[in-house]
Amino acid sequence: MSNMVNLTINGIAVSVEENKTILEAAKHLHIKIPTLCYHKDLCVAGNCRVCVVEQVGNHKLVASCATPVAEGMEINTNTLKVRNCRKHIIELLLTEHREECTKCYRNGHCELQALSAEYQITNQDFIDLVPDKNYTVDRLSPAIEKDDSKCIRCQRCVRTCAEIQSVGAIAVAHKGSEMKISTFFDRSLDEVVCTNCGQCIVHCPTGALTEKSYVEKVWDALADPDIHVIVQTAPAVRVGLGEELGLGLGTRVTGKMVSALKRLGFDSVLDTNFTADLTIMEEGTELLTRLKRALVDDDPEVALPMATSCSPGWVKYIEHKYPEYLPNLSTCKSPQQMFGALAKTYYAKNVNVAPENIISVSIMPCTAKKFEANRPEMKDSGYKDVDFVLTTRELAVMIRQAGIEFEKLNDESFDSIMGVGSGAGAIFGATGGVMEAALRTAYEIVTGREVPFENLEIIPVRGLEGVKEVTIKIEGTVEAWNFLEGVELKCAITNGLENAHQLLEVIKKGDKFYHFIEIMACPGGCLGGGGQPFPVDNEIRMQRMNALYEEDRNLPIRKSHENPEIVQIYKEFLDEPLSHKSHKLLHTSYVKREQY
Amino acid sequence: MTTTATKKQLHRIDLIFNNDDDCKEILRNALSRSDQEIVNEMVNSGLKGRGGAGFPTGLKWKLTAESKEKEKYVICNADEGEPGTFKDREILTRVPHKVLSGMAMCAKIIGAQKGYIYLRGEYKFLVPDLKKELRKFHDILDELGLDFRVEIFLGSGAYICGEESALIESMEGKRGEPRNKPPFPSVNGFKGKPTVVNNVETLAHSYTILKFGAKKFRDLGVKDSRGSKVFSVSGDTPIPGIYELELGMTVQDFVDDFGDGDCKAVQVGGASGFLVPRKRFAKTTIGYEGKLTGISLPTGGSMMIFNSSRSMYNVLNNYLEFFEEESCGQCTPCRVGCQQLLKGIKAVKRGEKPTSYLDQLLKLTETMKLTAKCGLGQSVANSFSSIVENFREEMIY
Repeated sequence: MSNMVNLTINGIAVSVEENKTILEAAKHLHIKIPTLCYHKDLCVAGNCRVCVVEQVGNHKLVASCATPVAEGMEINTNTLKVRNCRKHIIELLLTEHREECTKCYRNGHCELQALSAEYQITNQDFIDLVPDKNYTVDRLSPAIEKDDSKCIRCQRCVRTCAEIQSVGAIAVAHKGSEMKISTFFDRSLDEVVCTNCGQCIVHCPTGALTEKSYVEKVWDALADPDIHVIVQTAPAVRVGLGEELGLGLGTRVTGKMVSALKRLGFDSVLDTNFTADLTIMEEGTELLTRLKRALVDDDPEVALPMATSCSPGWVKYIEHKYPEYLPNLSTCKSPQQMFGALAKTYYAKNVNVAPENIISVSIMPCTAKKFEANRPEMKDSGYKDVDFVLTTRELAVMIRQAGIEFEKLNDESFDSIMGVGSGAGAIFGATGGVMEAALRTAYEIVTGREVPFENLEIIPVRGLEGVKEVTIKIEGTVEAWNFLEGVELKCAITNGLENAHQLLEVIKKGDKFYHFIEIMACPGGCLGGGGQPFPVDNEIRMQRMNALYEEDRNLPIRKSHENPEIVQIYKEFLDEPLSHKSHKLLHTSYVKREQY
Repeated sequence: MTTTATKKQLHRIDLIFNNDDDCKEILRNALSRSDQEIVNEMVNSGLKGRGGAGFPTGLKWKLTAESKEKEKYVICNADEGEPGTFKDREILTRVPHKVLSGMAMCAKIIGAQKGYIYLRGEYKFLVPDLKKELRKFHDILDELGLDFRVEIFLGSGAYICGEESALIESMEGKRGEPRNKPPFPSVNGFKGKPTVVNNVETLAHSYTILKFGAKKFRDLGVKDSRGSKVFSVSGDTPIPGIYELELGMTVQDFVDDFGDGDCKAVQVGGASGFLVPRKRFAKTTIGYEGKLTGISLPTGGSMMIFNSSRSMYNVLNNYLEFFEEESCGQCTPCRVGCQQLLKGIKAVKRGEKPTSYLDQLLKLTETMKLTAKCGLGQSVANSFSSIVENFREEMIY
């Protein structure tokens, strides 16, 4: 038990733990203090100064986000002095900020805009500093755009990139009036160590960092009668989209989403969960093959632990920062890219449409998927496998533009083929989900029995913890897998690249050994992705996560290998996991990249 | 470098630059006394930080000594960057052993084994001589059995790194940006450990106090401003240079002694200090009287004299250009405020903004004073308001 501290805020007594800040103490009293640079996910910066409050006995105002409470403190959050200063600070920020709210991507979602409205900044007396600024806009990356003229220098992106992601693609450069958020030698985000994870976007309070939008391209495709436009939707989208369209946090909207996509005019509405299941078949088999090579053949070349490769932010991270571990990365493409490769081969043949007439769109909780779809190797169908990637937020934009009253829609079902997904596929959207799905299938292949967890729920791999571990002892193997009898399969799961970095360091030092590690670039996994609705914090991530597990529980099929469409595709098209055709369409290779 | 004055009205002190080469004796003597005794001596002397902020030195040492942490640091702040200040360079050139002795004494009392001199990047030329001096000094420490070593850390030329928490960040290899306070360096300093950061001159004075005792130091000066101070005198004066003077003098006394007979104003404390116009010369003293009342002004030592040929608009414009560039850029009021003040006075001068806009800018400086994260942003208001309020017509016409 930590000590309690007594203080008053606006004359109201409150008692909080001694390490709390004034801002947190005020929350206890339901007093909202405005903030900009503060974010629950990040360390305290105290640089925007918008949260200043008056402390009796101190001539200067104090930043409530950065000032710890003290016994007997008397705080006032709403005095004339405080209001005047806050107003000044907002006005100052606006003079450095290109005010084109009506033309801004974040219009309606901007924290600076909201604060400006709250403080009724109606006339601006200070001098507009923007014309002399030489602001640059970086639009070269296929995933992320950076517009310095919208930046308020709160450094939330910088802290995100360094603390949560351990990437450091963006940092503060220069000082005084020249101070800006920049990259290595001010290069484009496309040319630096950026993983395109988009966490900077979901942590940015303004329109300085946004995803590259492909909404117009998709509208164009939908308007063309000669083009067959298909869409796949990632698991995490169905637990985030509702937030963006006015439904409560963690609302599952799978059926409404399908219905909306059909109304938007997609020719076929399909499910990435299908290829998530397919990933399990391929990746699970790859893992078992690697284990056989290690345990039976004593092959010193085999790279263990094997790491998942579904998260393109993680893939680019390892390419930049740990290229020596590239052999450990599963060769499986991500579900999005497996889907893309099959869309213009298997699907095209099945619906009898020429692949060149297909536009394949994917709806992702992710910005790195935009980069992934543009990787040069992602053309195994003979065409660009995935043409356009939209984020959850972009899909919401289209739904609003189409005048669809989302919350009133009836539930509809995915089209077929490639529209059936299991519960195992659904939980791919959460950290630990790929591991859980893989174990459900691999354990059963090897032992002929279900994983020894009640209701198939492998609880130790779930939740927001940075690093999770699970060890499963394999017993009672079927004949083909006898070599695994008695083996303790050691697995680890991380989310957020800083945690991945920590895990890799542990592995590198040899302190721990694992057979299989699941890594997702974003905190919480895809449900906390860079393409998900604003805002985000751990409470919101938990709500989305609970929704995903609920989705799993409510599906009739909960194991990838029992998905009838999976059985069908192996029978009709792929033959078996890791077959020649699988290798051509579903597996890929990686490249070593520079460290800046 | 000390120039002989033609007329002697103010009492010239010769404690700092008196080059007595007896630091081994002074330290040996000090080491024989208890830590408590030495701390009391420092507290009783009334010595306050000579970097300009005037925090009581004895108290700083005492607070840091109280921490139970094993690892602690002493840092000598030699990032002398305030426009118009050049006294630390002289002290480090002429009497470096006094500064080092002060550091060693502080280290002994607080329990530090490691000290650093954070040397301004532009003072790189001092490094060879300082290193020689360090070798000699380390030999003395070995002889006395004191486990303490000093290293030189070279800054990169940012004004903000003179602010102690930004200085520490810079030493840790990070961007030189001030930290949130509390916690203060006495609790959470270099590498998160309790740290004393003292100005060059403060440390040199601590040597004087060790040598002559608190009383001799305390006998100099007035009320809460005790001892002598090294001043960097520049501007419209026939005798620019470094002078050690007793604290508590009025600006009038100073001007009588150093002015050219046509003095219109004196900037006390550099760009972050206050401008004193002629009409207030007699009423203003130089010292560290706690709360700023405008009657007693602190200074890191910079005294800039302006005669009637000087445009106060140009002076202010020059200061604001400095701040606009030297703000670390981290916090809103300082980064944007400085740009607005600079652009604002230009706009008024050009007639693009009404003269009443100056009042709006004065209100803005009040906000900067109240809300900026560190002393830099908070003190821009000092020169701005004292110049604009006293020389408003020069801002306009």
